[in-house]
Amino acid sequence: MSGEPRCLQISPIRNGTVIDHITPGEAFNVLRILGITGTTEERLSVATNVVSRKSERKDIVKIENRELRKQEVDRIALIAPNATINIIRNYLVCDKKGVEIPEILRGVIRCPNPGCITNTREPVQSRFEVTAKGLHCLYCDWYLTEDIAGHII
Amino acid sequence: MRHIISIKDFEKRDIETLLDRAEAIDAGTYDRHALDDRILGVLFFEPSTRTRMSFEAAMARLGGTSIDMGGVEASSVVKGETLADTIRVVSGYADAIVLRHPKEGAARLAAEFSSVPVLNAGDGAGQHPSQTLIDLYTIRQAMPLDRIDVGLLGDLRYGRTAHSLAYALTEFNVTIHTLAPQSLEMPPNVMEGLKDRGVEVVRHDDIEEFTASLDVMYVTRIQRERFPDTASYYAVASSYRVTPELLERAREQMIVLHPLPRVDEIDPGVDALPHARYFEQARNGIPIRMALLLGVIG
Ligand SMILES: [Zn+2]
Repeated sequence: MSGEPRCLQISPIRNGTVIDHITPGEAFNVLRILGITGTTEERLSVATNVVSRKSERKDIVKIENRELRKQEVDRIALIAPNATINIIRNYLVCDKKGVEIPEILRGVIRCPNPGCITNTREPVQSRFEVTAKGLHCLYCDWYLTEDIAGHII
Repeated sequence: MRHIISIKDFEKRDIETLLDRAEAIDAGTYDRHALDDRILGVLFFEPSTRTRMSFEAAMARLGGTSIDMGGVEASSVVKGETLADTIRVVSGYADAIVLRHPKEGAARLAAEFSSVPVLNAGDGAGQHPSQTLIDLYTIRQAMPLDRIDVGLLGDLRYGRTAHSLAYALTEFNVTIHTLAPQSLEMPPNVMEGLKDRGVEVVRHDDIEEFTASLDVMYVTRIQRERFPDTASYYAVASSYRVTPELLERAREQMIVLHPLPRVDEIDPGVDALPHARYFEQARNGIPIRMALLLGVIG
């Protein structure tokens, strides 16, 4: 890496959020979680497989004029547990926080079990407990162990 | 207020207390007027005549009354009412609700919206705790729930009664044996869950050797619809059939259980053998459900 010139790959933003240290390849899932699609209006920069000093590679997402809410951060934690969230105001990092997976996820994950009561019109949010074995549906007892990104609401 | 949702909510001590209470009831030691002024709301969103009858009979034996919503077709469910709303309404009429529902997790949801105890009588492929308590009770009538070999035979993939019995047995000192058609083996997550709880699980593929290893044989129904055609069903079903000849290999004290209804998996010739305990098992539904009702509203 020593021979490569060090250039800024994306420019700083004035106000908004920078999500750094995203697990490589997960940047687009992060956008999906945040509800950002090709038709939404946020101005954003996405960098994937950036070489970082801390870890080998990482993705970075910068979103202008938007500060992330707690629930959004919880979702990101599921697919990018090492991500850091930097809230930027007037080019300065005003708040820097790591993501943290909460013990219970409410309304974040869609239960993979088609027979689960939470996949019906009932007036409840899904509820998953985060365990070493995967995400555990507290209604139907199923475990979600793979493709967590694909089940985020 | 105590809901009865999953056997997983029961610790060994709770199970033993409940089985002791059922035993006392069986011996005739109970107050026939214990639930005189109590009403059980019976909400069955899918038919299960026997489970329903045994809850109603248990209630009646304790002096209580049952009310029901009629068939699902006749109820507000067809008008699109949510389970949450039905529960909120019925818990205003009854002192406890017994619920049978096609969706997994329905009983947990019901408990959240109910102002009275909810008893789960089966939710989808999920939990059916009273069945497991009946199974444990029937085993305990024949032998101590300690240092025994329990074999699960048949559809172990979809068979929720086998899963919850296996889970409950992890509270005791048992070895679990399994034998299932390849496509209907115990799901890996259930297997893993059992091992996590420190129980030894032995997989068999020879039914004779399996039979000879057991103190309890728990047979479940293999459903025809799990197979692509009738021929492949019969090919598998015939190799998982419990017959008097097979049981000649069994330990003398070995008992055969089945949650019923059975189809072809147990030969009627077995019924007359001392091993057969499935009709007692069915009858045990009454003292167990009486004990549960007394526990929540007595
Ligand atoms: Zn679920």
